[in-house]
Amino acid sequence: MVKEKELLLGAEVIAVAAIDEGISGVYAYPGTPSTEITTYIQQSEIAKQKKIRSSWSANEKTAYEAALGMSYAGKRSLVCMKHVGLNVAADAFINSAVTGINGGLVLLVADDPSMHSSQNEQDTRFYGRFAFLPLLEPSSQQEAYHCVRHAFQLSEDVKLPVIIRITTRLSHSRSVIERTAPVEANPLNPETDKFKWILLPANARRRYNALLEMQKQLTELSENSIFNKEITGTGDFGIIAFGLAYNYVMEINSAHQLNIPVLKISQYPVPEQKIKAFCSRYSKVMIAEEGYPIYEELLRGFFDNGKFTGRLDGTLPRTGELSPDALAKALLNKTNVTQPVPEIVANRPPELCQGCSHRDLYEALNIALESYENKHVFADIGCYTLGALPPYNAINTCVDMGASVTMAKGAADAGIHPAVAVIGDSTFTHSGITGLLDAVNDKTPMTLIISDNYTTAMTGGQDSAGTNKLQQICEGIGVETAHIHTIVPLKKNLEENIAKLKAAFDYEGVSVILACRECIQTLRRKNSKK
Amino acid sequence: MINNIILAGVGGQGILTIAAIIDYAAMQKNLFIKQAEVHGMSQRGGAVESHLRISDREIYSDLIPRGEASIILSLEPMEALRYLPFLAEDGVIITATKPFVNIANYPDEKEVLENIKKTGKKVQFIDAEAIAKEAGSIKTENVVMIGAAADYLGFTKKELRESIRAMFSSKGEAVVEMNLRAFEMGIEYSGERKTENEKC
Repeated sequence: MVKEKELLLGAEVIAVAAIDEGISGVYAYPGTPSTEITTYIQQSEIAKQKKIRSSWSANEKTAYEAALGMSYAGKRSLVCMKHVGLNVAADAFINSAVTGINGGLVLLVADDPSMHSSQNEQDTRFYGRFAFLPLLEPSSQQEAYHCVRHAFQLSEDVKLPVIIRITTRLSHSRSVIERTAPVEANPLNPETDKFKWILLPANARRRYNALLEMQKQLTELSENSIFNKEITGTGDFGIIAFGLAYNYVMEINSAHQLNIPVLKISQYPVPEQKIKAFCSRYSKVMIAEEGYPIYEELLRGFFDNGKFTGRLDGTLPRTGELSPDALAKALLNKTNVTQPVPEIVANRPPELCQGCSHRDLYEALNIALESYENKHVFADIGCYTLGALPPYNAINTCVDMGASVTMAKGAADAGIHPAVAVIGDSTFTHSGITGLLDAVNDKTPMTLIISDNYTTAMTGGQDSAGTNKLQQICEGIGVETAHIHTIVPLKKNLEENIAKLKAAFDYEGVSVILACRECIQTLRRKNSKK
Repeated sequence: MINNIILAGVGGQGILTIAAIIDYAAMQKNLFIKQAEVHGMSQRGGAVESHLRISDREIYSDLIPRGEASIILSLEPMEALRYLPFLAEDGVIITATKPFVNIANYPDEKEVLENIKKTGKKVQFIDAEAIAKEAGSIKTENVVMIGAAADYLGFTKKELRESIRAMFSSKGEAVVEMNLRAFEMGIEYSGERKTENEKC
């Protein structure tokens, strides 16, 4: 096969590598910065020819379990999510380390340090340690390609899921990559070892011990991994650079000809011997991690001997993503003197699109709530979170996927009225349905507004699992049909919508408002195709 | 050789089209490329930028270090100022002049332009929207900007023309021609400005 060069986003590189490595399916719920992986596979002609299944899952947990099922059947599967998505899938994920796998299973998690589009900057490498699983952390797009291809083989060699951790900067940056020859998909070859897969305590204990015994072998693999390498240099000061941090270290190291020795780590569990040997050669070692200072903390230990610097002592910033400037400051003790941003420059935060249905909903909601003294709106994750900003200032909370429903319920239990939840259609099917069932069973006096724009809008308009099913879902879990009202959020319906909202607030039980109008972005795209 | 370009604008203005055209030219010459983009929430009308790095050697960082960008190419005047700390001492600002006002506290338009002049950098103001209309469609605004920046991108005009052709070829010859016209008008306009500036 001719080596072809392609300019791809880091996320897309993950996708092509997984296709080349013979996956039979990808499972995912959209989430920045991981969405483009699955989108790429959905649109790939080769993936279509190979019949790789790729439609969106309802949430990260259902995605992970389906990927595990495909692995059980002997085929290779990729499961993708953003960092906080792994919290949702954590039950399946942690236990899959105990069962182990059959066909190669790779979990791709895209972390978002600096919280460009997230509520926290949790570091998936913690989950790697937590579950005792191998983890690869590529530093460049080309290395990401090799990591994904290697990860499936590694997964089948050690019979464990393998995690690949990328961050926003790698996922959303393009570079030219070269692909290597593809391999065929695995044949159907279901697992027959029931002791392995039925996690009754007796089996689970045996499996857990086996997992712990594997750790020595996993560390040995890291000692010899091509992804962990040393760059020689001079002097009494060395740097251990993890994952993407390696790029920033090398940017400064090479541009300023510092010739600092660097140990690059991209495969975990970390190669202990390599790290010990490296550290013994230098009197000072800086730890550069793109994320939490996990290994800095471990290397410093309880009795910190002053050898290490990094994020914990302020040599590098404690939070946020690293940058060439952060490394320049740490290594050169100076940054380029440049012109500051003039004071005249105003912030330009994101906003709801002109013509967006959420705008009309919030306008009606604000007016409908005016006459109530005690009003609290519990919102959720999606475009409609932007209702927090002026001119609407319409919401009081946004915590995690689905929390609008259950927080409104708890607040209503405590005596808040009206307790209003605002959730999007996709977030509702992701994690809102079970919360609504709790409210129905308790006859909680609360109003749930599902702002249904028939898509997963914030991440770019992916299919939404509940489209055309929301009325039936609500009825099915017991919301009374008389208290489910559909409104169309448009200026011309403002008065009518306010009246319906007020009627819903005044009902002493669970009421649901389905606020239905297509996302203006997906509508535009459809019209321009016509 | 490394050319660091900051592309700036507001989510939805299409700075990635500009990047794609420059990328194509770079790929034809087998150069190394890194192009960091903003996806996600900020694309909803927020400030967006792309760090585009092109080099004949391997590039490590996806982000441009402060003070090392040779150009800020902006589709909006206030956004040109937002990335000033990235611009090299001898860097150039090339910006469209029409403000994109989607915030209540957008500063006075004249003051924004004054602030750009005050940077002391080499500056080119382009009324890209008007030129694009004249070229045949407001959609060609991005290509007008490439024309205006053509001297600073590290490619010949011929190479850039080929990129534009490749970029729009699937949309038919009329669209290709319109964009090539927009490119030429961008070059011409910036040339005129240069001579005017020299006169002053």
